[in-house]
Amino acid sequence: MNEILTAIIAKYNYWSFLILLLIGLHAMISKNNLVKKVIGMSIFQSAIILFYVSIGYKKGATIPITEHGHGHANEVVHQTAAEMVAGFANPLPHVLMLTAIVVGVGTLGVALALVQKIHRVYGTIEEDEILEKIKE
Amino acid sequence: MTWDASLLWQFDFLILLMVIICAVAALTFKDLITSAVVFGAYSFLMCLLWTEMLAVDVAFTEAAVGAGVSTVFFLGTALHIKRRAKD
Amino acid sequence: MKLLSLVISLTLGFLLLLATADLPDWGDPQSPASIHVSNYYIENSVEQTSVPNFVTSVLADYRGYDTMFETIVIFCAGITVLTILRRSHRQKKKEVRPRPAREGKDLILISAARIIAPMMQIFALYVVAHGHHSPGGGFQGGVILGSSFILLALAYDLETILKRLKERSVIIMSGIGVAIYMGIGMICLFLGGNFLDYSAWSSVLGVSAVEARSHGMLGVEIGVAVTVMYIMFSLYADLSSGGEMDEGL
Repeated sequence: MNEILTAIIAKYNYWSFLILLLIGLHAMISKNNLVKKVIGMSIFQSAIILFYVSIGYKKGATIPITEHGHGHANEVVHQTAAEMVAGFANPLPHVLMLTAIVVGVGTLGVALALVQKIHRVYGTIEEDEILEKIKE
Repeated sequence: MTWDASLLWQFDFLILLMVIICAVAALTFKDLITSAVVFGAYSFLMCLLWTEMLAVDVAFTEAAVGAGVSTVFFLGTALHIKRRAKD
Repeated sequence: MKLLSLVISLTLGFLLLLATADLPDWGDPQSPASIHVSNYYIENSVEQTSVPNFVTSVLADYRGYDTMFETIVIFCAGITVLTILRRSHRQKKKEVRPRPAREGKDLILISAARIIAPMMQIFALYVVAHGHHSPGGGFQGGVILGSSFILLALAYDLETILKRLKERSVIIMSGIGVAIYMGIGMICLFLGGNFLDYSAWSSVLGVSAVEARSHGMLGVEIGVAVTVMYIMFSLYADLSSGGEMDEGL
């Protein structure tokens, strides 16, 4: 029983990211309303960001900011290299995902602008009604 | 300061559960403005999750962008189109 | 359609579930992502750039190209939304707007916004300037600066804010933000370094090469903040008024 529990705790973050990803994908394919599709796209995106951030997590580590700063760069660092590596979370996924979030709001803006333009031209944002109007 | 992983996972699990509930709720509501606000709550819970995963910069960005600006964008769009969605 | 999407999602879910078995455990310090290049950043950031926040040093210095093009992507998104939504003067006033007209102004909202907005701006400047030592940086500070103007536009109306912050100047300033970033990188070339190698600035600024990298990062963060701030406001102005730039939300 205990082994199963440890196995679940070791992997459950991947499963939760998987559930969010599938919710987003399902909404993007099956929802009829275009704004709902955009919300689905954002959920899909944040699931991927969650995956990357959870890769950067290390047990027993702290946030990737040292205490040495404010011009004290030349002071003696009391930690060895191995201690520093084990002591701080991996900063690389954080950097990549930080820019991804800001680019995400850019794509969100473009998507919503397209939705407004579609509403201006067709008078509706329901997919089936738009398809009917295109056929006419 | 270090984190005790054994203490962490229940908390983590709770937030993950609420995140999934919020995601489903944001897609289920028929009123687009309600959906936009629930999606703001989703973003904020996501931000909590990232703080706990030691990604403070990412959490800060998400709190400013996801919970703040993108909710306003959704509201701005929802007022320009038909508010009720069919599904 | 719903059934098809469910089948696609569940198939993908099953395949990914099989793949999770091969992924490293959660929080494993020896996972493949954490044993290669990121260790270099953690070990050398303070010595090489005197920036204690590794995320900032990787963002603005080690991976400066990446961030430069992300800034350009934000700029392009703002221009695209403007192009999609903005109407020419001839097309205006042809159709009836679906949203209700705005009735009067809310005194409480305006009074609160007038107090909150300056504080938000000062905090945003702190976030940009102190991004080397604490969470924060150009992107976050720029978004907070932009949302302070969005708050004012929500409390008053969009036209009042657009009198102070003209549409033309918004676009020009967001371009200037990108130009600041690229300009700092280009000047490094003329000073004898590589593109975006800020240590070349040491002879001009009169500080050591390590300090010069720290100052160069602050410079590019300011460029990022300028672009993000103006583009966020521009996106709000376009989306909330449907490209008409009238009264806003």
